[in-house]
Amino acid sequence: MVLNWKTGGVLLGLVFFAAVLLVKPIGVSTQFVILDAIIADAANPGLITATDEGFTSTNAYLAKSGGAYAKNAVTPLNYSFVFVLAMALGAFVSARARGGVGRAERRLPAIWYANYGDTPWKRYGMAFLGGFIVLYGARLAGGCTSGHMMSGMMQTAVSGYVFAAGAFAAAVPTAILMYQKEG
Amino acid sequence: MTSILLALVIGAAFGAVLDRIGATNPNWIGKMLSLTNLHLMKTILLAIGTASVLMFAGQMAGLVDVGHMSVKTAYAGVFIGGLMLGVGWAASGYCPGTGVCAAATGRKDAWFFIAGGLLGAAAYMVSYPMWKAAGLLEGDKLTLGAIPGADYPALTSIPGDIAGIVMGAMFIAVAFVLPERLRGAGQAVAPAE
Repeated sequence: MVLNWKTGGVLLGLVFFAAVLLVKPIGVSTQFVILDAIIADAANPGLITATDEGFTSTNAYLAKSGGAYAKNAVTPLNYSFVFVLAMALGAFVSARARGGVGRAERRLPAIWYANYGDTPWKRYGMAFLGGFIVLYGARLAGGCTSGHMMSGMMQTAVSGYVFAAGAFAAAVPTAILMYQKEG
Repeated sequence: MTSILLALVIGAAFGAVLDRIGATNPNWIGKMLSLTNLHLMKTILLAIGTASVLMFAGQMAGLVDVGHMSVKTAYAGVFIGGLMLGVGWAASGYCPGTGVCAAATGRKDAWFFIAGGLLGAAAYMVSYPMWKAAGLLEGDKLTLGAIPGADYPALTSIPGDIAGIVMGAMFIAVAFVLPERLRGAGQAVAPAE
């Protein structure tokens, strides 16, 4: 069972507030790029190179903003990357403490089963495709649900409203078409 | 070292709360986005409003460092990227943060989401020069009003901290008046409380 929206909303709001009070607004999707860069630099060591001021890359995206992404990939023990690892750990511990996600759910979410039957590989294919579009879109937008929608709108950033408008304009019709049964 | 400690504490709290509100569960995301159960939407709206009011009120009281804000640039690609993310979010039931959390809770499909996400991010890394050359990444770090102590350009002449508190209050109000469901079977529940 999930938390009542009033309790959950206040708790989530406090986390977003604590982040901006103590460090900076929460964001996640950049770290997919950082992990990609770590993997790519290991496979192809010429990708990221040190300069007098810091780091740069043969990839224009990693080299932008003075090589900020290149630097984070070389020094992954930084706030933003550790934040995402800790987030995964927090979710793991929390799920365990409430008894864990059921075996059937772990294999296939109920909403998929209700609409498409026992087709786990179709579901995994859809999750893979969805992940591709989500991260491509998030990088094009410069942020995701955390960075734009929540952190952005809480700061009255115009980019946050623009992003949320686009995301819901596409997400609602997609969900209505794809998931007609509630599961 | 302090920053790593903060990353551990705030990150873990974020992951735990996402798990407890149902955001890491694709069933809840699917019901929210198909408008058949808005419980999670109410949670998120209340969270944005709460954080906004606390941050701007804290800034006015001098307790919150305005320098910790980080406003992103508004440009055409934000909307296009938002549309793309929306399609993938609805199809998969995950966004970048909740996908990582869901994988950590043992959901198998979330690992496929992460794999697809890493490939999608890599595809963007390669195609970035195209978007940049098309001029779709140009814009300003606009906020609704001018925020005292920050130098973000403002959309209106309303004081930015007041605008933040008003918008925050509006998010909270919408969270309260939003019904439990907007469509689908069963009776449309009247606004809670």
